[in-house]
Amino acid sequence: MNMPTNTRLSRRAFVLSSAAAGTGLALGFHFPAGAQSAGADTPEVNAWVVVQTDETCIIRVARAEMGQGTHTGLAQLVAEELDCDWSRVKVQMVSPGQNLARKRVWRDMSTGGSRGIRGSQDYMRQGGAAARTVLLQAAANQWGVAVSEVTVSKGVITHTATGRKLSYGKVASAAAKLTPPDPKTLVLRDPRQWKLAGKPLKRVDTDLKVMGKQNYAIDTRLPGMVYAAIQASPVFGGKLVSFDASKLRGRKGIQGVYKVDDNAVAVVADNWWRAKMALQDLPIVWNEGANGQESSATIDARLKEGLTATNNVFADIDIGNAPQVIAGAAKRVEAVYSTPFVTHACMEPMNCTALITDYRAEVWVASQNAEASMAALSTASGLPLDKCEVHNHTLGGGFGRRGGTQDFVRQATLLGRQMKGVPVKMVWSREEDMAQDYFRPIGLCKLEAGLDAQGNLLGLQLRVSGQSINAYLSPQNIKDGKDLRQLQGLTAEPSDAQLGYTIPSLRTEYAMRNTHVPVGAWRGVNTNQNGLYLECFMEEVAAAAGRDPLEFRRALMQKHPKHLAVLNAAADKAGWGKPLPAGVHRGIAQFMGYGSYSAAVAEVSVKGDEVKVRRLVLSTNCGHAVNPDQIAAQVEGSVSYAFDTLQSQSSVANGRMVNTNFDSYPIARLRQLPRIETVIAPTFDFWGGVGEPTICVVAPAILNAIFAATGKPMRNLPLKNHGLRIV
Amino acid sequence: MLKLNINGKSHQVDVEPEMPLLWVLRDQLGMTGTKFGCGIAQCGSCTVHLNGEPVRSCSYPVSAAVGQRVVTIEGLSKDGSHPVQMAWKALDVPQCGYCQSGQILAATTLLRKKPKPTDADIDEAMTNICRCGTYQRIRAAIHLAAKTGKGVGSVIHMVSDAGEIIENTTAQA
Repeated sequence: MNMPTNTRLSRRAFVLSSAAAGTGLALGFHFPAGAQSAGADTPEVNAWVVVQTDETCIIRVARAEMGQGTHTGLAQLVAEELDCDWSRVKVQMVSPGQNLARKRVWRDMSTGGSRGIRGSQDYMRQGGAAARTVLLQAAANQWGVAVSEVTVSKGVITHTATGRKLSYGKVASAAAKLTPPDPKTLVLRDPRQWKLAGKPLKRVDTDLKVMGKQNYAIDTRLPGMVYAAIQASPVFGGKLVSFDASKLRGRKGIQGVYKVDDNAVAVVADNWWRAKMALQDLPIVWNEGANGQESSATIDARLKEGLTATNNVFADIDIGNAPQVIAGAAKRVEAVYSTPFVTHACMEPMNCTALITDYRAEVWVASQNAEASMAALSTASGLPLDKCEVHNHTLGGGFGRRGGTQDFVRQATLLGRQMKGVPVKMVWSREEDMAQDYFRPIGLCKLEAGLDAQGNLLGLQLRVSGQSINAYLSPQNIKDGKDLRQLQGLTAEPSDAQLGYTIPSLRTEYAMRNTHVPVGAWRGVNTNQNGLYLECFMEEVAAAAGRDPLEFRRALMQKHPKHLAVLNAAADKAGWGKPLPAGVHRGIAQFMGYGSYSAAVAEVSVKGDEVKVRRLVLSTNCGHAVNPDQIAAQVEGSVSYAFDTLQSQSSVANGRMVNTNFDSYPIARLRQLPRIETVIAPTFDFWGGVGEPTICVVAPAILNAIFAATGKPMRNLPLKNHGLRIV
Repeated sequence: MLKLNINGKSHQVDVEPEMPLLWVLRDQLGMTGTKFGCGIAQCGSCTVHLNGEPVRSCSYPVSAAVGQRVVTIEGLSKDGSHPVQMAWKALDVPQCGYCQSGQILAATTLLRKKPKPTDADIDEAMTNICRCGTYQRIRAAIHLAAKTGKGVGSVIHMVSDAGEIIENTTAQA
C-alpha cells in the first residue's frame, strides 16, 4: 500500500489550494516584494510601518510570538517613536520569503536567547522614528511650511501657528514617496520620558485567544488536506528497517503509509485520529543499534566518571590556587549535585503542514526562527529558497524547542514530497513530542569550598560533568576544545551571564560527557543547572560558615553592584530577616543570564513528605522595562516552568525515553503555585532579556528554603529522590 | 451517521463511534478552537462542556455525546463577552494562549457551581495544564469574574534605579 491516486488533488483543486496558500491563508495577509500590503489601501511608509486611510497603523515584526509578549513590546517601541494612536495599532508578522525578497530588510527572525526585544529594539525604534519624520515632512509639504513648525500627538499632526491638523492616514501616501532620513540623524526618545513604551499596556493578541479564534499552526486547514501521524525510532539513532502496511488494509480513512526517512514512518489518513490509531497498530521493525543498551544508569556512570577524570576536562576560570587553598582551609565543604534531562512539552505538540510541488514548497508551522524553517524546507524539498515560503504562526509554546532544530519541518517536507500537490498536516502525538525532544542536558556538578576559621570564603572550585548542547547541535561553537556554553552564568568577565561573586581563589571546570540523547535549548538553558549548582552550594557554604545566607552573599558581591542591587531588591520586598509564621522557611538565590540580573526569595513549609511553596518574590533588572505587566507575566511563567527542575525527569531505559506523557512527567498545576511577586528594577543603561533570566533562580531559592526547613541540602533532583513532593 | 448538538446547532457525522469527540470537532467539523494537548485526559486543552459539565474531549467517544448538548469555546459567546472571557481579557491572562479555551470552559463550570469560589475551590477545579504558567492570572481572573474582591492582577513592584521603591502597584483590571 502506498500513495493511492484518489488522494491526488485534481488540477483545479490544486490550483485553488495553491492560490489560497499564495494569498497568505494562514497569515491573514501577504505582500509581495514591493511596497504594497494586500488589504492596505496605502503604500508602506517604510518596512516597519503602514498607515491606512482609516488610520489603522500596521506595525510589522519579524520576531516570533510564542506567548512571551514580544509582539506587544516591539509594537510599543515602534509606536513610541512613531507617536501614533495606540488604539489603532495592528501587528503583522513578516514571512521569511518576504524578508529574503527584500534583502532581509526586517533582519533577524530568530526568536530565542531572550533576544526578541533587546536584539531588535534599536533598528525598530529607528524605523518608527524614520516613519514619523517623513509623515511630518509630508504634512509640512502639503501646508507649505517648515517641518519645524509641526508637531504630532497620537497620529494627528498639527501646524502650531495656524492650528491646522492632518492625520497620519491622510499623508501616508505622500510620506511613502519621500526620501527616508539618514538613520544617524534620528534622535530616539529618552526611555525615561516614554509614554507608550514602559507602560503596562494590554497585549495585542488577547481577544482571539480567549475566543478560541487564534489560528495556530496545528489548526491549519487547506483544501484537499490530509493528516499524518508519525513515529520516529524510539531509540535515538535507530533506523527504520521495515513496516507491514498490509496490516492496515481496509481501515477507514487510511490513505497511505510512508517511509519519511531512514528514521521515521508515517501513516496518512483523512483524519488525524485515524492516522494515529493505525500507526499504533502498524508493525514496525527498527534497528536500534548499540544505543538500545543505554539507560539512566549507564549515563549516570559516564557522568560520574567525568567528575574525577583527568582527560577531556578543561578549566575556564582559574584564579589563585583553589585546590591548594581549599585543601589547607580551616573548614571544607563538598557536595555533588545532579540535574536530570527535562523536556519542553509545549502545549501545542510539534506539527507542520507541507504543500510541495515540483516548483514551489510551502509549510505552515510554529517556529521560533522562520528563516531556519525555510532553510530546512529548502534542503528537504530540494527547491531553492526563492521557491519556498514559510507561513509562521503564533506558537502554542516554544521555550527553545522550535528554534534552530527544525526536525518537524524536515519530516513534513519529506512527506509532502511523496504526495506532491496535496497539503499534508503532520502532527506529533504527545508521546512522540516527549520522546523526540531536544532535552535539557543532564549534568552532575561537584563543588568544593574552603573557609577560614572566621567563616570567610577563601576558595571555591566546581566541575560540571555533563552533556553539551553545542556538541550535539553546533560543534563549530566549541573553540579549542572548550565548550564554554556549558558554564553559562559562570563567566568571570562582564558578559551576558556574569558570575556575581568575587572569590579569592576560584576554579571552574567542564568535563564534557555526552550521551546518545538529543539535547538543546530549554528555557534558560544552562543557567538552570549552573544557577542551581552554585546557589544551592552557596547556601551550604553559608550554613557551614554560620552566616546568614544573604549576608554571606553580600560580602562576596561588593564588586558586582548590579547583581547586588537586584539581590537586595528581592530581599527587601520579601522582608528578609523578618519573622515568619511557624513552620515557614526562607531561601534565597541570585544569578545572571541573557543580559539581565535576577534574584529570588522563596517561602516554603515542609510537612512529612509534602512541600508547600507559599510565596516567591522575584526581582529583575532587565535594563529597560518595555511592558512591566508582560515582564511580570514572564516572571510568573518562569516559576511554573522551573517546577520541572524540582519534580520532573525524562528517564532513559533501553535507549529510549520513558516519560512520554503527563501521567509520568508531572507539569506544575495551579494548586502548586505560590503567590508570586515581581520586582522590576530597571537601570536604563543596557538592554537585557526577560523571557529566560528569571528561571534559574526559582529552583535554587525553593531548594534553599527546603534546606532551611529540613536541614538537608537538596542535591539530587527531582525532589522525589529526597522523598519529597510539592503539593 | 451520528447526530450531534454542538453550540445549539445540529450536525451529522459519519465516523466510528469510538472516535474521540475532539477529532470530530477538529478534523471532521473544522472547529479548531478546542485543542489537542495530550490525548489521555491529563492536560485539559480539549475541554468542552457536555450538558454544562466539563469533559476532556480527547478521551470521550463521540457516540457518548449523542443526545447531549455540546458547547465548545466557539459557543461560549459570539464576541468574547462572556464574563469569564471579559475577566481573562481584563487581566491579560493568556500567554501563548493554546490551553486557554480549556481553561476558560473549566472556569465557567466552576463559577456556575460556585458563584463565589474560594482559593481552595479554584485549586480543586482548575486542574488543566498551562505550560506558560498563567496560573496566578487564571486564579485572579476567576475571582474577578466572580466579583469576590480578590480579582486583582499581578503584584508588581517597580523600583527606581536609585534603589528606592517609587511605585508599588498592582496591574489594574
